[in-house]
Amino acid sequence: MVDEKKHEFWRWTESNWRNPGIDWKRVEFITVGVDVGSVSSQAVIMADGELYAYGNMRTGSDSPDSAHDALHYALKATDMPENRMDYAIGTGYGRINVPFADRSITEIACHARGANFIYGPEVRTVLDVGGQDIKAIRCDEKGKVTNFLMNDKCAAGTGRGMEVFCDQLGIPIDDVGDLSFDVTEEPPAVSRTCVVYAKSEAVGLLRSGWSTEKVLAAYCRAMAERIYALLERIGVEPAFAVTGGMAKNRGVIDRLMPLVGLQAMKTNWDTQIAGAAGAALFGYALCQERKARAK
Amino acid sequence: MICAGIDCGAKNTKTVIMQDGEILGKGSVPTGLDQKKAVEDSLAAAIESAGISRADIKKIGGTGSGRKAIDPADISVNDIKAMGKGANYFFPNSRTVSDVGAEEGRTATLDEKGNAIDFAINEKCAAGAGAFIEAMGRALETPLEEMGPLALTSNREIPMNAQCAIFAESEVVGLIHAKTEKKDISKAIHGTLASRIVSMIRRIGINEDVVLLGGVGNNPGFVEAMRSQLALDKVYVPKAPEYGAAVGAALVAVEEP
Repeated sequence: MVDEKKHEFWRWTESNWRNPGIDWKRVEFITVGVDVGSVSSQAVIMADGELYAYGNMRTGSDSPDSAHDALHYALKATDMPENRMDYAIGTGYGRINVPFADRSITEIACHARGANFIYGPEVRTVLDVGGQDIKAIRCDEKGKVTNFLMNDKCAAGTGRGMEVFCDQLGIPIDDVGDLSFDVTEEPPAVSRTCVVYAKSEAVGLLRSGWSTEKVLAAYCRAMAERIYALLERIGVEPAFAVTGGMAKNRGVIDRLMPLVGLQAMKTNWDTQIAGAAGAALFGYALCQERKARAK
Repeated sequence: MICAGIDCGAKNTKTVIMQDGEILGKGSVPTGLDQKKAVEDSLAAAIESAGISRADIKKIGGTGSGRKAIDPADISVNDIKAMGKGANYFFPNSRTVSDVGAEEGRTATLDEKGNAIDFAINEKCAAGAGAFIEAMGRALETPLEEMGPLALTSNREIPMNAQCAIFAESEVVGLIHAKTEKKDISKAIHGTLASRIVSMIRRIGINEDVVLLGGVGNNPGFVEAMRSQLALDKVYVPKAPEYGAAVGAALVAVEEP
């Protein structure tokens, strides 16, 4: 029998990175933030509050393992031993299951703090579109949360919804953004909110002669409209920044921004590390406090 | 007078042929993508099962989410009205009815004639419809018709957190990895769907004698979960509950001028 390997279209690119300009041996505090999400896990290592290394990978079926895996993936980019860590903070959906964490902090606080770090202090509204939820967060110039709204009940508009849709259409998720603009005319949004029903609607549209690109465009538009509904409720104050995996999908974001009527801020950082970066920064602040108290 | 009711649903199109309050014949075909063809096919199947000819049918009522495609219909009957009249036909004492189909869940409180007093509909979310059990069956690698009987063999309560069908699928995969028994997962799945329907019923208020219509009424795991969550001794389900709305549409076609 032929061993048939199922192609995993939803699988996005995992990555790790190290800042070559930092020598961990010359650093006072090494703090780690681990964001164990429902779909992806990240570990960020900060050296005195500067980004030293990170690892970003898929969450497995076990939260403690996922936390370890993400940390080891980040460490793999460095030559630093694991026991050099001074403080570790867990965040995200699986935050209470990070075995090596000294404490946990909610992902809302961490994302706001992380967006402030990645995009700069002018950020006032953060949209985080993750695997299983959408968060719209308002924050001040220090990255402190002033208000937030969240949808974690329904997959419509979330990363998981996009993954399922990619699997259905047989399109690698990293290609969705570009392909969705490969249409002669922008179609109306897929009409059904529920991802289960949107999938059947997509089948119908394909059979009626729509190209895969056109169906993708219609679905990206529907996701943008769904996400906008949450942003509209909380109100968007500039500057506006997007974090999470969906920030990498221009099919959705380029359709969302005209609805918001603003430009999204740009970054070269991996937008998925915002939560873990925020956690690592909270860890750094705690280390400094501890030192000040010890004096 | 011989009349027919046609219910063009998201998954199946059902036709029932009635004469003076008696059901003469029935026919059901998958709706597929061509609703008009499904309507003709189910009508033809019902005519054959009733042993009559098309010309014998004096009036046709059409209902269901695809009712605009029911060309032969003399009258279009909205889903709530068809559901109420259908429940009243099978159980005249019923004052609450829920119709759970493949892609929609509906519920209504009724007067003694089967007219709706109040109603609620979910047509947006698969977590409140038969599509939920179908999607979970795929994750459990269990055929849809085996899901309900499988659930009945479990006497364990395991919690399911996800409300969304997509998230529940991941949760089911997680439970399988954790070596939870399939029957226990299946029971939890039926409990999740039932809790969605029960909360919809509670929104409009429960009267005693709750009637279940719609194809999901054929699923014993769902019926049992409804019974336990409604805390009622009996939940009434007619034989072939999927024809409930078609029966209602046929009756309305006779009543209305």
